[in-house]
Amino acid sequence: MMSTPSLPAERSDDPAVRDGQPVIEFDHVALGFDQPVLEDISFKLPSGETKILMGVAGTGKTLTLKLALGLLKPDSGRIEVLGEEVSSMREQDLFSLRRQIGMVFQESALFDSLTVEENVAYRLIEETGHVTDEIHARVLEALRFVELEHTVRLFPAELSGGMRRRVAIARAIITQPKVLLYDSPTGGLDPVTSDRIIELIVKQRDVYQTSSLMVTHRLQDAFTMASHYFDREQNKMVPVADGATRDVHTKFLMYRDGKVIFEGTATELLQDNDDYVREYLS
Amino acid sequence: MPTFSLTDLVKEQLLAVQDYSLLAGRSIGNVFTRPRYVADTLLQADMIGVGSLPIVVLTGFFTGAVLALQTSSTLQQFGSLSLTGQLVSLSMVRELGPVLTGLMVAGRNSSGMASELGSMEVTEQIDAMRAMGVDPSKKLVTPRVVATVVMLFFLSIISDLVGLAGGFMISYLLLGLDANQYWTTAYQSLRFGDVFMGLTKPMLFGYIIATIGCYYGLSAKGGTQGVGRATTQAVVAASVLILVSDFFLTRLLMGFFHY
Repeated sequence: MMSTPSLPAERSDDPAVRDGQPVIEFDHVALGFDQPVLEDISFKLPSGETKILMGVAGTGKTLTLKLALGLLKPDSGRIEVLGEEVSSMREQDLFSLRRQIGMVFQESALFDSLTVEENVAYRLIEETGHVTDEIHARVLEALRFVELEHTVRLFPAELSGGMRRRVAIARAIITQPKVLLYDSPTGGLDPVTSDRIIELIVKQRDVYQTSSLMVTHRLQDAFTMASHYFDREQNKMVPVADGATRDVHTKFLMYRDGKVIFEGTATELLQDNDDYVREYLS
Repeated sequence: MPTFSLTDLVKEQLLAVQDYSLLAGRSIGNVFTRPRYVADTLLQADMIGVGSLPIVVLTGFFTGAVLALQTSSTLQQFGSLSLTGQLVSLSMVRELGPVLTGLMVAGRNSSGMASELGSMEVTEQIDAMRAMGVDPSKKLVTPRVVATVVMLFFLSIISDLVGLAGGFMISYLLLGLDANQYWTTAYQSLRFGDVFMGLTKPMLFGYIIATIGCYYGLSAKGGTQGVGRATTQAVVAASVLILVSDFFLTRLLMGFFHY
């Protein structure tokens, strides 16, 4: 694993992280379009925990993230995010809640007519109307976190796929949100770039203790997250030593046919006897 | 194989009308609530107003010129060639100035809005905006609506003026009319109702152009092909709506001003 640059100061303890309350809760959620996609989804994401959402394509993993953000409404069931019931909130009321959540889209979804700086600073510019010196400094700090300080004046079209994904991470974390949602952050990337992005996600998890929900197809990424932690002294991601009891606050969630078929730790996943789970892991 | 259902088709159309009405209504309501995106509005005003100026000037000038040319032979038969100024003036101010400007701006900007917002929609940029707590109807739709309404108002005035100048060029150079006579009849024939009608129409047309362009853009689905389809639909719908609403507004205002 490559090393990452020096870290900004840790975030002060957030009440939402301290009190151990679930930051996201799905309660018997169902959603379909022409056909049902999610049928009976229930899970809780405790504060400070990372949940890795797995399943074959089309099982509704991305929909789960969009439901959590209130971008879509469920047909039935209840969704609570940061103590607010998003499933029944009006679009206008959701905007303030969404400002506390960061989302990394599958294809980055950067604004192609804005520079990297304007993209990363988008939320902050909303408040001031323009890039102030303070915002510029925060943009540089966020870009330093993803090692892309030098791209500040470039446009998204001038970046590689991996760089765009890292800019999307910088954009999501700049306001230090309470929850982060990652939609296949390493999808379609080479192994080296994927490792770099996973290291950034682990760093965000361990340094800032941000609760997150991550969709991924790559088992390697999922198990790397479950078996590594970010060492601040070495300033890089390192594996948890054999026999060590360090809790990496990472659990797995697996969907099949619109239902949750597994929820638990990496060890429990590897020991699961369900035929589908075994086939998925093989 | 999917079967055609009339019920589904009607439901789909009603849903589209509902979505459009909500978007159009919200675009007005947003003007009275914060945040207001003044810089975005000015940028759109520049793109729509200044950007459309050349085509509006050209269209207006040659419409006025051809109007004078076409009507001169008829007027000459009745010995009323001196009324050319009045005819050009009334036609341009009441009808052709606003409508042709509206159609030109619809072709240029309704399509531009649909393709820009459509591209943002299919690449999840609109979802990203919503995810970051920014209301796309405030950030993207309202600035375009305000800018189009305001700029089309002024573009129509410019179109009327250059149309009159086009008519004058034909009347003076080809028909041998007196300049003073042309401008005097052109000016004196206009009543308050004519000017009111000519200035009300572009505001309605501007509203139609922007809301239709934004609606089709934000409803785009299916990648680049969907964006292309949205662009075409926006121009067609905006143009047809301009012509239809022109008829009803003209009838309403004619009744109001006792024509």
